Amino acid sequence: MSVNTLEVQDLRTHFFTRAGVVRAVDGVSFEVRPGEVLGLVGESGCGKTVTGFSILGLVDAPGRIVGGRIVFEGADLLKLGDEELRRIRGARIAMVFQDPMMTLNPVLRIDTQMVEAVRAHRDIDRKQALRVAREALERVGIPSPDSRLRSYPHQFSGGMRQRVAIAIALLNRPKLIIADEPTTALDVTIQAQILYEAQKLCRESGTALIWITHDLSVVAGLADRICVMYAGRIVEQGTVDEVLDAPLHPYTHGLIGSVPSRNRRGTPLAQIPGMMPALLNLPPGCAFRARCPRAAPACMQEPKLETKTNNRLVRCFYPMQA
Amino acid sequence: MSEPLIALQSVSKRFVQPLDFAGKIARALGADVSDEVVHAVEDVSFAVREGEVVGLVGESGCGKSTLGRMVAGILEPSSGKIRYRGRDSAGLKVQMIFQDPFASLNPRMRVRDIVGEAPVVHGLVKEKDLDAYLDGLLMRCGLDASYKRRFPHQFSGGQRARIGIARALAVKPEFLVCDEAVAALDVSIQAQILNLFMQLRRDLGLTYLFISHDLGVVEHLSDRVVIMYLGRVVESALTEEIFNKANHPYTQALLKQVPRLDSRKTQFKPIVGEIPSPLSPPTGCHFHPRCPHAMPRCREQAPPLKEVASGHLSACHLNA
Repeated sequence: MSVNTLEVQDLRTHFFTRAGVVRAVDGVSFEVRPGEVLGLVGESGCGKTVTGFSILGLVDAPGRIVGGRIVFEGADLLKLGDEELRRIRGARIAMVFQDPMMTLNPVLRIDTQMVEAVRAHRDIDRKQALRVAREALERVGIPSPDSRLRSYPHQFSGGMRQRVAIAIALLNRPKLIIADEPTTALDVTIQAQILYEAQKLCRESGTALIWITHDLSVVAGLADRICVMYAGRIVEQGTVDEVLDAPLHPYTHGLIGSVPSRNRRGTPLAQIPGMMPALLNLPPGCAFRARCPRAAPACMQEPKLETKTNNRLVRCFYPMQA
Repeated sequence: MSEPLIALQSVSKRFVQPLDFAGKIARALGADVSDEVVHAVEDVSFAVREGEVVGLVGESGCGKSTLGRMVAGILEPSSGKIRYRGRDSAGLKVQMIFQDPFASLNPRMRVRDIVGEAPVVHGLVKEKDLDAYLDGLLMRCGLDASYKRRFPHQFSGGQRARIGIARALAVKPEFLVCDEAVAALDVSIQAQILNLFMQLRRDLGLTYLFISHDLGVVEHLSDRVVIMYLGRVVESALTEEIFNKANHPYTQALLKQVPRLDSRKTQFKPIVGEIPSPLSPPTGCHFHPRCPHAMPRCREQAPPLKEVASGHLSACHLNA
């Protein structure tokens, strides 16, 4: 038995559209240990959400997982049948989505939705399930949970709704939570409350957490390790301090330079020119080379993800420091 | 000191939801119901000097967008005055850049018409000179002149933001109201657009009211910062002053919550409670239910904005 909660090896999720094959996730590997927070960082269209969806088997046609292994607590999720996967999904692996208005059913009360989620995985009666639901709401800091259980989603504010979504993810005490941009739509003070709950959860219950976001500042405070994705591939991986203080990949370096608080006030931001290429029929070679200040003829070949000192991984022929 | 470019004098905006038919009958029968009134902006006064960038910060529902729309002339204030160079109307000199680069461009118009319509209608450019005018304008905003024939859906988010900026600049404004203009963009694209804003400020001598919930962006761009909470200004000061010596407990809490690249393994200590509904704001100081220093007085009396240091205003009873 491995000690890792989740191991993703060479995951490939492609979308077969009429216009061609979109390699949304193309050879992604990482692992998460119990109680660890992994930040999966990248800009829109880099494949970070599809990676999360692939782990839970939520990829719909025309998308298909065409290769790789997803090993969760020793079992390869890609080899499981629908019924077995259903038993894991929502119980041992839970997901929190970006927009809680889209993921909560607007015509059902919160208690109905939570009891359903509990009883789908545990053989207990309604009363006990309600108690579990109430405890979960309490854990995420929702005041007067008894009366809130009888509310409909539209009666909650955005931050409250996201907390309900997190409470639903917690219901069955999962070993792994995948959170996809859960605080992007929220205000700063509400975001801090959600981050506080997430942090407490990992510390206290040893739940592993994959935090998918485009916001480097959020993962800086929350995560233990960071994977930076670009155009469907991981370009850099390492601990938070290593990646943010001494980025190896030019893309990571550029991203950090783009954050306003890193720059002196009023000075131009160190911008990355251009934008992420469309993933449809991506030309061979390093996907970042068109925007990269260090690009050279060698970049026409696809660089491999190489291990540097301290187990750091980087996918670049000319990393920032040797 | 020179006359400010824009001066707001006790500006308020109330949105009234009149009673529906059933409500009117209920009131006629003696029920205790009345029109629902939201005080989106309450008694706000400040001025923006020529060439200055003022950042307007607050959380959702604090009235910052409503205030921005009033400054841009899209909404009329319910009471109070907005003076532009001492006059009542700004005409074309104030333009607005909107948050959503997808919703704010007409999907059925070509870039040429989106950007070029206003200057022709207002007689700034003759129809026959329009193409040359647009070429220069698009180039200035970092767009290729050949994009004129295209529709908005053929552009990425960052390019659409540039089209929105070009449209605002087309009528040669002096003052731009940017309402969350970079919030919908990716980090690397956001940096490009922020750089464009700073470039335009240098080249054209523009003045900005930069509305954002992102303190990092505001800190980088602004000379002065105004903080709003539930319709009221709670603090305003020069940017360095706000970020180093925040006076109001709300500003202090807000600054503590901002995730930063340098703060690793943070112990997040959130402000307790939710932002109250603007439909029924708390009495007295709006922040008192969430404030760690709340006193009995804060429940009863709204604190006025007082000067706590030169050019630094704060509305808190602790300063009394």
